[in-house]
Amino acid sequence: MVDFSLWDIVRNLLLAARWTVALSAIAFVGGGLVGLALLVARIARWPGARQGVGLYVQVFQGTPLLMQLFLAYFGLALLGLEVSAWFAAGLALTLYTSAFLTEIWRGCVDAVPKGQWEASASLALSLREQLRWVIGPQALRIAVPPTVGFLVQVIKGTALASVIGFIELTKAGTMITNATFQPFTVYACVALLYFLLCWPISAWSRRLERKLHRGR
Amino acid sequence: MDAEQPIVAIGALRKRFGELEVLKGIDLAVQRGEVVAIIGKSGSGKSTLLRCINGLEEFQQGTLAVDGQALRHGDARAMRALRQHVGMIFQGFNLFPHLSVGRNVMLAPGLVKDRKGPEAEARARALLQRVGLAEKFDAWPDQLSGGQQQRVAIARALAMDPSVLLCDEITSALDPELVGEVLKVVEDLARDGMTLLMVTHEMNFARKVADRVVFMHAGRIHEMGPPAELFAAPKTPELQQFLSALH
Repeated sequence: MVDFSLWDIVRNLLLAARWTVALSAIAFVGGGLVGLALLVARIARWPGARQGVGLYVQVFQGTPLLMQLFLAYFGLALLGLEVSAWFAAGLALTLYTSAFLTEIWRGCVDAVPKGQWEASASLALSLREQLRWVIGPQALRIAVPPTVGFLVQVIKGTALASVIGFIELTKAGTMITNATFQPFTVYACVALLYFLLCWPISAWSRRLERKLHRGR
Repeated sequence: MDAEQPIVAIGALRKRFGELEVLKGIDLAVQRGEVVAIIGKSGSGKSTLLRCINGLEEFQQGTLAVDGQALRHGDARAMRALRQHVGMIFQGFNLFPHLSVGRNVMLAPGLVKDRKGPEAEARARALLQRVGLAEKFDAWPDQLSGGQQQRVAIARALAMDPSVLLCDEITSALDPELVGEVLKVVEDLARDGMTLLMVTHEMNFARKVADRVVFMHAGRIHEMGPPAELFAAPKTPELQQFLSALH
C-alpha cells in the first residue's frame, strides 16, 4: 500500500488546475471576442443579424454545455473532421460563452437610456463613436457584475471538458480519490482550488465596479 | 450662399408610425435668424416634426433640406454632414453622465471636427460662460440642477456651431423656478441671431421671442403667423379652443 501525503494530493491537483485555467482563459477570450462581435452586429443592424444572433443565442443557451462538448468532439469526428480535444473544447466553450455574454451585454446596452443615443446622434457622432465614447462606457459599468458572475460559472463549467478526455481539476480529483481513498480530503482541496480561482475575479470585479462609479 | 434661400426647407413631408400617419403633409420654410415657435396639443405631431429635421425620425414622403443639404436617411456621411448644421436640445437634457461638464461640451467637436487641445478647452469654457456656468467646467452632470443641466446641454449643442437649433419642450421637465434661467439663455441666443425652432408650452415666451408661431393640429400646420396676430386673433376654432384651454 502506497501512502499519499497531502502534498502529493495538492501537487497533482495543482498540475491539473493548469488545464482548468487554460480552458477558462480560452472561454473568456474567445467567448468575449465572439460575443462582442455578435453584439456589434446586432446593434449595427446588419442584415439578418437580429434573427441570426437570436437563433445562435437560443441554440447555445438552450442546450447543455455537455452536449455541445460531445458534439464538438465526437460529432465533428463523425463528419470526418478529426479534431483534437483542445480544439473541440475551445470551440464549444467559445460558442457557449459568447452566446451568454452577447445576450448579457445586449441587456446592458439596452439599459442605457434612449436619450443618450439620441443626444449623441444629434451631435453628429457616428455609430462607432457613439459606442466607444457614450454608450460603451455606460453599458460597461452596468455589465461588470453579471459578466463576472457568468465567468465564474464558466470556470466551474470547464469541469465538463473531462468527458472528452481533459484531466482538469474535477477529473483529477476523482482519479486521485480512486487511488487514495480519501475523498473528503481530495474534494475539499478541489473545492478550495476552485475558490482560489474564482474569488480573486469576484474581488477584482467589486473593485472595478467601485472604480467605474467613482471615476464615472 | 443665397440670402433668400431658407435655412430649413420642408416640403410635403409625411410621416407614419406603422398605420398611424402623424405628419400629413408639412410645408415649412424657415429663414436664417428666424425664431419659430411650434405649439399644439400633445399628439399633434410637433415633436415628431422637430425630430425629422435632424433625422432622429425617418419620414416616408416629402423633402427636407437644411442649409441646402437634403436629408438622406441611410447615408451615414450625409447624415453626419447635416447633423453638424442642426443642434438639438431635449426635454430630458440627456447629458452624458459619465463625463464631466467640460468633457460633455468638448466631446463632439473633438471627434467630429477634430478640435482638441487648449483651444477646444478655451472654447468650451467660453460657451459655458455664455450660459452662465463658467465655474461648472469640472462638475459632474448629476451635481447640477435641472436648469443648469439644460444650460450645459445648450452649450454642448452650440459647441458644434449649428446653423439651426431645435428645442424640444426644453423647459417641460424643469421645476417652475428653474424655467426662467433656461429661457433667458434661449432669448439671448435669439437676440444674437441664432435660427431657432422650438416646440414649447411657454406661450408667453413664444409671444415675446418668436418671429412666427406655427400651430399644429392633427398632423398638419393648421395656422401660422406672427405671434401678435395669432394669439390676439386666432382664425380657426381649433386654435381658439387650444388657446382658451390654456387659461
